[in-house]
Amino acid sequence: MSRTRDDERLPHAQHDGVDRRGFLKCMAWAGTGALCVLQAGILKSYSLSDPDAFKGHKKGDLSFVQISDSHMGFNKPANPDVISTFQTAIARINALPTPAEFILHTGDISHLSKQEEFDNIQQLLGAAKPKDVFFVPGEHDVLEDDGKPYRERFARNSEGAGWYSFDKKGVHFIGLVNVMNLKAGGLGNLGREQLEWLEEDTRSLSKSTPIIVFAHIPLWSVYPEWGWGTDDSAQALSYLKRFGSVTVLNGHIHQVMQKVEGNVTFHTAASTAFPQPQPGSAPSPGSMTVPADQLRHLLGITDVNFKHGKHPLAVIDSTLE
Amino acid sequence: MPRIRSVAVLAALASVALLWSLRSHASEPQSAAGASAVTIDNFTFAPNVLTVKTGTRITWTNRDDIPHTVVGDNQEFKSKPLDTDGTFSFTPTKPGAYSYFCSLHPKMTGKVVVEQ
Repeated sequence: MSRTRDDERLPHAQHDGVDRRGFLKCMAWAGTGALCVLQAGILKSYSLSDPDAFKGHKKGDLSFVQISDSHMGFNKPANPDVISTFQTAIARINALPTPAEFILHTGDISHLSKQEEFDNIQQLLGAAKPKDVFFVPGEHDVLEDDGKPYRERFARNSEGAGWYSFDKKGVHFIGLVNVMNLKAGGLGNLGREQLEWLEEDTRSLSKSTPIIVFAHIPLWSVYPEWGWGTDDSAQALSYLKRFGSVTVLNGHIHQVMQKVEGNVTFHTAASTAFPQPQPGSAPSPGSMTVPADQLRHLLGITDVNFKHGKHPLAVIDSTLE
Repeated sequence: MPRIRSVAVLAALASVALLWSLRSHASEPQSAAGASAVTIDNFTFAPNVLTVKTGTRITWTNRDDIPHTVVGDNQEFKSKPLDTDGTFSFTPTKPGAYSYFCSLHPKMTGKVVVEQ
């Protein structure tokens, strides 16, 4: 697996116009904040530390923010104060030059699905300027009663285990659940019922409709050895093949990664709570304890700008410090 | 000569004592107090395959800072989420092989082999 991991993760130069060097450059900047713009299938990256390069980025038609893996209730050395780092993330969102219209939270809101952990996130989100927040659950959010307490608070108008879709300014958003009924030895799992719903949900859309899918565990094979992938994601993506622009936003791995494959851009967001190691660089995908003054450099938010027309999509990852 | 004989006697006594202690140790798992432990470190169950006698109480302890669960593949046993230092115990009453996994991180698998 590790032999081909890089090749799997890297886009193929011939069909999407992104070369290996360019991709790695974008990856390297992610830790300090990078702007990635997808224009007509070509990914351009600008470092946030280079304001001249950044100037070229134009405001989009739709701006929203992705946050992830807040782990309310976590209090171990990797981050003894997840509330404070979450507050910093909210302050970042409120200070964005282009105000975000809403927030997507890609799961692991809580650490142990406790009521007080859910209470905390709802109170803290009250300070955010964007009032609409759309959630999908992480495995840490559905530990009690098959996820019922999660759905009652965060996914009232959803189907099945908590999946749903909605439209914003002509963009179709799909929130998927891939953390339920996981099988021994397996990866994330969507399940037959949800796949059928997805096929039906997208059936009547025109192929020019931009699609943004969000789910907790990556819907691409980041590192199956650590469970960083979803067993039946290929089936889900097969329903989205005919669309011109598909963006997949995930969390779970507590670090920024990106991949472009044909019409699909995959992106994972940083955690607001604690970092996790790069694939294969540690004995396990557990929390990573870094010196306190470095922690906020490894946590962050993702700002997404969308512009109609040639489907340019800008994904900006910025750290909390 | 007498000295050598007494050494031989002592040696014989010692080996009897050793055999006795081994025997009593070997029969221990079958007693009600028999116990065995599995630890969870770095998303791994250790020992990965545990062999015990029927009636042995097995205790899993999570030493990661991420919660895990212990769930039999056929639901023979199922823990609540174990936070750091959380424990779960199960005492198998029938011989057989029980495969289990962490339902949060299903790549984590282990096995308990229960002998008569």
